[in-house]
Amino acid sequence: MHETTDTTDAPAVTVSRELTFGEAVKEAIAEEMRRDERVVLLGEDVAEAGTAFKVLTGLVQEFGPKRVVDTPISEAGFTGIGVGAAMTGMRPIVDIMFGDFLALVMDQLANQAAKIHYMSGGKWRVPLVVRATLGASRRSAAQHSQSLHAWPSHIPGLKVVVPSTPYDAKGLMKSAIRDDNPVVFFEDKMQYKVKGDVPSEEYTIPLGVAEVKREGRDITIVATSSMVQVAVGAARMLEAIGIDAEVVDPRTTWPLDEKTIVDSVKKTSRAIVVDEGYGRYGVASEIASVIAEGAFYNLDAPVTRVAAMHVPIPFSPPLEDATIPTEKAVFDTAKRLCGK
Amino acid sequence: MPNNEAYLQMYRRMLAIRLFEERVNDLYTRALMPGLAHLYIGEEAVAVGVCEALRKDDYITSTHRGHGHCLAKGASPDLMFAELLGKKAGYCKGKGGSMHIADPETGNLGANAIVGGSAALATGAAYSSKYLNQGRVVVCFFGEGALGQGVLYESMNLAQLWKLPVVYVCENNLYNEYTHFTETTAGEIVARPAAFGIQSATVDGQNVRAVYDVGSKLVDRARKGEGPAFVLANTYRFRGHHVGDISRDYYRTKQEEQRWMEERDPIKILGAYLTGDHIVEQAELDRVQDGLAAEMDRAMQWAIDAPYPAVEEVGEDVYA
Ligand SMILES: Cc1ncc(C[n+]2csc(CCOP(=O)(O)OP(=O)(O)O)c2C)c(N)n1
Repeated sequence: MHETTDTTDAPAVTVSRELTFGEAVKEAIAEEMRRDERVVLLGEDVAEAGTAFKVLTGLVQEFGPKRVVDTPISEAGFTGIGVGAAMTGMRPIVDIMFGDFLALVMDQLANQAAKIHYMSGGKWRVPLVVRATLGASRRSAAQHSQSLHAWPSHIPGLKVVVPSTPYDAKGLMKSAIRDDNPVVFFEDKMQYKVKGDVPSEEYTIPLGVAEVKREGRDITIVATSSMVQVAVGAARMLEAIGIDAEVVDPRTTWPLDEKTIVDSVKKTSRAIVVDEGYGRYGVASEIASVIAEGAFYNLDAPVTRVAAMHVPIPFSPPLEDATIPTEKAVFDTAKRLCGK
Repeated sequence: MPNNEAYLQMYRRMLAIRLFEERVNDLYTRALMPGLAHLYIGEEAVAVGVCEALRKDDYITSTHRGHGHCLAKGASPDLMFAELLGKKAGYCKGKGGSMHIADPETGNLGANAIVGGSAALATGAAYSSKYLNQGRVVVCFFGEGALGQGVLYESMNLAQLWKLPVVYVCENNLYNEYTHFTETTAGEIVARPAAFGIQSATVDGQNVRAVYDVGSKLVDRARKGEGPAFVLANTYRFRGHHVGDISRDYYRTKQEEQRWMEERDPIKILGAYLTGDHIVEQAELDRVQDGLAAEMDRAMQWAIDAPYPAVEEVGEDVYA
């Protein structure tokens, strides 16, 4: 897992460019496919269509239909095929168009991929990446809008990545592909067009290392995936009323960098966890527990979750908008916890 | 044999779907509709031919491309438009949208945004109809893409074992999204139901009279307790996979689309039959069209003017 930055082929000069989140994901996959012939991509409309979100356009032209493979609409089947292929010498990336369809895949993922290494006493390995999307607000209704990253996070044997920026997406995807374990990689479909700096030279980001996205003294906001942008936005609003918020992005929900999170809260003594999954029994709950256990004696206010409302995601825009965490909700919560 | 009035009724229903869908596309391009929609234009004869063979209390399940099924089973365009716009007056109070229209009044168990997601539900409704001795038949509509989902085969096996009154209607419009079905589907489609001993029929899905004939035979058979059936309806979607799928050159040619639209339009085909046999005059069909267009415009405008649900309603209906 803990890949260090491989600089052997790096150009002498660092050229930083702006890439979209989608381009960063694609570049990571393309680089790893060039580096390792065992990496193949399986999924619905991944080839000529470049996925339903047009994120992987051009890969089939470079790597051919043998390595970028359109599948039937058989999520359970092709994910399981990915597991079997991963056990026997390949490094497949399986594309699950909407994270909601993980429901169709859960046996292959939770009962098979996650447990094979352990059940075989460490003899078999499953170096598989499952790409999936999360995120609401696309007006796609209840079966195409869920953020289900808590599901695989709950299962020992799976790793789960929830990148928030193009830079992180690229570095984490490269590590996910090189990892010898099944990794579920969640991309927020509303972020694909978001741009950010991505250096042109080779780098990886290890799984399990959080990043402080903004430093602050008064309150810690732990946020995942696109909720990091929400947290940073809220932090700017808070600055205007004299509250200095720190934003911590775990980047992976498992392995979870508990130390960075707890250290931040020990410093600020207050914490909010923002996550687009459901709060009940969810990622936000787990992180809140980690904080409660690790920083209890430093806390000046209850650790508070800001997460998706506990309802199926509705279609109607005013209803859907009410279900997802907003900057305003995070701002109001922080203000209250800081007694302002 | 249905009489001419029945064919005229099918003509009206197909045209109603066409005019509805054109307005949906219009709502999308005018940025009045949230999200996307998958249009049924070109496939109208399948839903209409099959649903004309059903009783009002028979059930259907539908798909992401479901507006045609819902209208053919008797849904009101105004309440459909309202749902598509996320309005409170819509069939699902705005909670479902384009891909989830459901209506117990017309036996519509619901459209489903999971490909293959309704195969087992439809079969379960057939199980209940048989258990409760209701004589209801269930039609499970799905695209050929759903042939990739294992749950379809688990369901068909059970349906045949238990002789359930369900008719699986596979609408083969040639494409699973952007991939031709021959790249995703091994063997002959009808060999799959045949493996379970399920009776199947292949039909020209552009010819509503043929669809009706096949549909009514298999529906009657199911109603009599003779078991499930499978209809393979060959058809074509004239528009994109969804309203935003504008550039389609990379997966199908303009000539192919043109050919289907000119030669295989189900509405034109029935129109030609009706006027060619002098069952009706063209002027009568034109009047039908004008009347339906006005009705659709009114329904659409009503939905545009209708209010959104109150935000407080977001937490209602999670539990019964
Ligand atoms: C289980 C599942 N996988 C993938 C999708 C995404 N998706 C939506 S429609 C579609 C293609 C469906 O093709 P088909 O069943 O032939 O129906 P058509 O769109 O042609 O009417 C796909 C892959 C989905 N909704 N559900």
